[in-house]
Amino acid sequence: MTALAVTGLTKSFGGLRVTKGVDLAVEPGERRLIIGPNGAGKTTLFNLITGELAPDAGSILLFGQDITRAPCRRRAHLGLARTYQIITLFTRDTILRNVELALLGLSGLRWNPVVGLKRQRHLAARAREALALVGLDHAADRPLTETSYGERRRVEIAMAMAQDPKVLLLDEPFAGLSIDERRDVRQLLAAIPRDVTIVMIEHNMDVALDFADRITLLHFGDVIVEGTRAEVVADPRTREVYLGE
Amino acid sequence: MMGASASRIALGVALLGLATVPLWVGNSYYVDVASQILLFAVFALALNVLVGYGGLVSLGHAGLFAVSGYTAGLMLQAGFGHAAGAAGAVLATLLASAVFAVLALRSTGIGFLMITLALGQILWGIAYRWADLTNGDNGVSISTRPAPFGISLADAPSFYYATLLVFLLALASMAAFERSPFGASLRGTRDQARRMTALGYNVWLVRFLAFLFSGFWCSIAGLLYLYNKEFISPQVSALQASAEVLLMVISGGTATLLGPIAGAAIVVIMKYVVSAYVVRWNLVLGVIFVAIISFMPEGLVPGSVRIWGFARQRWLARSPARKHVRGAPP
Repeated sequence: MTALAVTGLTKSFGGLRVTKGVDLAVEPGERRLIIGPNGAGKTTLFNLITGELAPDAGSILLFGQDITRAPCRRRAHLGLARTYQIITLFTRDTILRNVELALLGLSGLRWNPVVGLKRQRHLAARAREALALVGLDHAADRPLTETSYGERRRVEIAMAMAQDPKVLLLDEPFAGLSIDERRDVRQLLAAIPRDVTIVMIEHNMDVALDFADRITLLHFGDVIVEGTRAEVVADPRTREVYLGE
Repeated sequence: MMGASASRIALGVALLGLATVPLWVGNSYYVDVASQILLFAVFALALNVLVGYGGLVSLGHAGLFAVSGYTAGLMLQAGFGHAAGAAGAVLATLLASAVFAVLALRSTGIGFLMITLALGQILWGIAYRWADLTNGDNGVSISTRPAPFGISLADAPSFYYATLLVFLLALASMAAFERSPFGASLRGTRDQARRMTALGYNVWLVRFLAFLFSGFWCSIAGLLYLYNKEFISPQVSALQASAEVLLMVISGGTATLLGPIAGAAIVVIMKYVVSAYVVRWNLVLGVIFVAIISFMPEGLVPGSVRIWGFARQRWLARSPARKHVRGAPP
């Protein structure tokens, strides 16, 4: 069964058609890279898949289940997690609390107004596990305001991973990182087990090329090329889009 | 832990101070003022749930406060007992809060503020104009205070102790709420609503339930007000009353437990104590608010903590020898 099947997905903002009938079929365990220049509609596609935007037409299936009209919050419970290109964290809290909020989102505990959150040791332990995945367990109690940009990128990934997703959507996880930080993030993404299907957006083609099983090239809301890494790199249309031949 | 034991001692001293107010205040007028501080503190704590933790600034809460007082007052006038009146007041206020929430939570920020303001004005209009129901400008009087478990609350000290008990219950529920997963959820919707949705939270429902929690303690505060004055009139529901309780929360410090209490103390003391000496006490109150907003924009309680910490650090820095004796400031 296809992990994520997108068919004929269309979205317009006024007269501007941002997503023009996009088809996407990602197999379980696959690493899919979505590339495209600025304004190609990559993040809009993610927002449609997660339900932060409602599509005008088309359908989205998660492991065969139609989620096209499911509310955004419901999709998280069905195993869809995402990170944001523009870092979206809880800046008044610690790193640990950020990850705990991700865990609480899927737990019935989030409605409890009586017990102390700090006393929920199993929750903190699971949050620390997720932070260990991204190498931040030592900094768990640091306020988010005292973290570097690279660390925040990793907190984003830890929050998504803490939700134990079936499909993980990564929106430019390398954006703004130094060469060393990119290497670290690449390593930690490579360590994610294959029972998680990953779809990653990247603006720069070369940054994440070796990560991908298959690549989809988006341009002005259309899928221009799709195929294996070698196929997409060799395709003349890829050069055209990126080099403006 | 030095800090923890220090705050425990402070809490003990504060509790002892509150428990002995009727002994060292003596004059029953001032005991009554203390009761009012506590009941308005409950009101301000209730509003703080939305303003502080939810980031939802309401300007209609006086309406909810009045729904409670009016419901109980009118039920008592109609011949119901105190228990039925109180239960009816809480239920009516929860219902009104639910209506407020459903309408106002279509929006946040200024939109939320304007809708709550409009709803509050509607309730004021009912209290003021629908004279057949509410007795209009003349208000509603009740003949007796309730006597729970046969204990009379007729005199100022016994009423004070009953109010103190309710206040402590409210404070405990707020403290538990602040530390709870649900409290964290509400703060999350304040800081990153979009992220919270993507994480699986029902942001609307979190806010709705927080509104009901706030409404519940508004109803309790409204009841205490009615029992204290044995009278309620439309001015309780007016926009000025909503603004006053909002100022209590903001001047004391939003999203803190002590801030709304400090804010309530300032406003009530100005109104009932300073007004005896200064005719234009509103002017004094205004100056105090301007001073707080200028020097402690985060509110009186967090601002004092910040200035105290800053002063302590300066003092420690000036005498380096003490650093080793006292330990580094936290």
